[in-house]
Amino acid sequence: MSDFTSNFWNLYIAITTVVALVFCAWLLIAVGRDKGKASETTHVWDGDLTELNNQLPNWWRGLFWALLIFSVGYLIYYPGLGSFKGLGNWTQVGQLEKEMIALENQTRPMYDRFLAMSAEDLAKDQKAMVTAERIFQNTCARCHGSDARGFIGYTNLRSGAWSWGGDPADIEYSIAEGRTGIMMPMGDALGGEPGVKAVVAYMRSLSGLDHDASKVAQGETLFEENCVACHGMDAKGMKDIGAPDLTDNVWVHGGTERAMEKVVALGRNSDLADGDFAMPPHKEVLSKGQIHLLTAYVWGLTNK
Amino acid sequence: MAMTSKAELFNYTVVRQFAIMAVIWGIVGLLVGVVISLQLIWPAFNFDLPWLTYGRLRPLHTNAIIFAFGGCALFATSYYIVQRTCQTRLFANGLASFTFWAWQLVILLAALSLVFGITSGKEYAELEWPIDLLIAVVWVSYAIVFFGTIVKRRTPHIYVANWFFGAMILAVALLHIVNSVAIPVTLFKSYSAYAGVQDAMVQWWYGHNAVGFFLTAGFLGMMYYFVPKQAGRPIYSYRLSIVHFWALIFTYMWAGPHHLLYTAVPDWAQTLGMIFSVILLAPSWGGMINGIMTLSGAWHKLRSDPILKFMIVALSFYGMSTFEGPALSVKTINALAHYTDWIIGHVHSGALGWVGFITMGSLYYLIPRLYGRTEMWSVKLVNTHFWIATIGIVLYVAALWIAGVMQGLMWRSIHVDGSLTYTFIESVKASYPFYYIRLLGGVLYFLGMLLMLYNVLKTIGQGKSVDAAVPTATAPANA
Repeated sequence: MSDFTSNFWNLYIAITTVVALVFCAWLLIAVGRDKGKASETTHVWDGDLTELNNQLPNWWRGLFWALLIFSVGYLIYYPGLGSFKGLGNWTQVGQLEKEMIALENQTRPMYDRFLAMSAEDLAKDQKAMVTAERIFQNTCARCHGSDARGFIGYTNLRSGAWSWGGDPADIEYSIAEGRTGIMMPMGDALGGEPGVKAVVAYMRSLSGLDHDASKVAQGETLFEENCVACHGMDAKGMKDIGAPDLTDNVWVHGGTERAMEKVVALGRNSDLADGDFAMPPHKEVLSKGQIHLLTAYVWGLTNK
Repeated sequence: MAMTSKAELFNYTVVRQFAIMAVIWGIVGLLVGVVISLQLIWPAFNFDLPWLTYGRLRPLHTNAIIFAFGGCALFATSYYIVQRTCQTRLFANGLASFTFWAWQLVILLAALSLVFGITSGKEYAELEWPIDLLIAVVWVSYAIVFFGTIVKRRTPHIYVANWFFGAMILAVALLHIVNSVAIPVTLFKSYSAYAGVQDAMVQWWYGHNAVGFFLTAGFLGMMYYFVPKQAGRPIYSYRLSIVHFWALIFTYMWAGPHHLLYTAVPDWAQTLGMIFSVILLAPSWGGMINGIMTLSGAWHKLRSDPILKFMIVALSFYGMSTFEGPALSVKTINALAHYTDWIIGHVHSGALGWVGFITMGSLYYLIPRLYGRTEMWSVKLVNTHFWIATIGIVLYVAALWIAGVMQGLMWRSIHVDGSLTYTFIESVKASYPFYYIRLLGGVLYFLGMLLMLYNVLKTIGQGKSVDAAVPTATAPANA
């Protein structure tokens, strides 16, 4: 009832409700009291339309009364009459919390056991991984895919490439806190399209992909002038800021020349606020134990 | 009954126009329904064209069935019934003609705007503000014609069918105008005057009463005239009519929040929506009893009269849907059924079974009489239509009952380790067999409607437009 600033509306609703129920009861009593015969009324319409006046069927009248009595009982036990909370003190939020607490109590011993194990050991626990798989499918698969191989813009968790680090501790942090990375738009800094194409040619040479060999030297120079601050002299990236390794032939945003040119020229902002390929935090959605279990599962995908 | 030589004639022209368009819009609406049920199985059936995507065709389907098919049927039958039972020609015939042409314009504009993706996003009230305004004008005109005719009636009492039509006209005017209040931004875009949870409450107050008054009260009006006419029997109980009419229109107004159980709507509002929905069972069944018991004494006619078959099955589905509805609004059951295909099944047992069948039965009675005949061109074809459509409904509804309960159980299934047993996509996969059955049911129902169109065209071809004379003698004191 928090929408109402005065008690008037509470009373208004309670009184209207009672009046509505009394009206139904009155209808039943008033019309049912007439014990007249079931003979026809004298009304005739359209030549031959007439009406009998049979008594209300008893079973139907009983049904109507039963529903009214049920409703009164329901209103006494549950919230409904204005601000009266009902004798049962029931709320939908309370019901949810009760169910969630019961579930937590039921699974606590299991998760306590998981939390006591290292992610590496947990990944070897077949039964735990079955549970992890179900949580993954319901929580992670909508972005990372039911096979965990991701999609353009969404990390392939089976590639072995980890922009933010692949140790259990890194993965656990990624799941709990989420990750926000920024690739700056470099089109202008690289001198427009020719520079972008040259850098991409250099990057492709590092991963052994088809490339225009005549542009590699220029690309390498431009790379050293513009990209190494984040991606490193060896182009192997920097996990602390999520700068990906450019030598492993794993391309989160696509590995075609066009896709790579687009990322270099226009940049990428995985800020949650933009909704663009951010990894959201899950510490509010999943329990500590569930995050630990998923960490083991995700780590185990590439560490058998 | 005495008639004067230069008799005043009933206005059947507008009735004929609406009756024929009801059949045509019925076919359009059902065809769109078949297309979207195909898309649920094979998404490629949108041919990658934005105009044919599910999100645009689904509101087109619901609007075409409710407002084009249902609306034209209500206009046709109410204009016919109010004249016959008030024993007078329609009031303001020019205005009546306006309601026909303007309503067709509303339907065309609705179809075009929905296909082009113009929508206010409110279910069953998707149309943008210029069309909403036109609807309001048509509806007020309808009210003037209808109530004007009631006022100039020659009969002492108002027939029960007209109570229901009258309630429908008043309530729909109120619902439409209140729910559609919006602030226009451009010709094609507006924003609702309500926000957040209030918007949801107003929307479902409208949404459920569109069911309650448009699809229930209006079609009960149809039932109260055509069932006794076709059966040749008096209405079972006048006092039952009184109790169930007042209780029905009084409690329906409260039921909207049952669409919003376990949402941000406050607990007290959910409770009120639930208990009045539960109470609704009794007034709804009052109408079913009055219909079915009116047939008692004419049971033998069911063997040979397919029109009565349509009507008795319509009443049976009415009784079943109005039992199912209160059950679904109980919070515990709703927690299982909400958002599943059970709800779609429930809506269709009401729409295909009740609304569709009572309309078909009524039109099969009405159309020949508008063309100087007493029977359709082929009664046998009416019987075929009845059986094809009945099988269609049973397949459709049963498939979605099973699919719905299965989905609800899958979604809520929790493994002992606390994780959800199934993913959403697994429940979609498991639903596929039932989507095929639903499609088959829908196709059968659609085929039945094509038979109806053929039969109607043949009937029109063999007859000629006749406007009956208004009997001038006052009704005898007793029949």
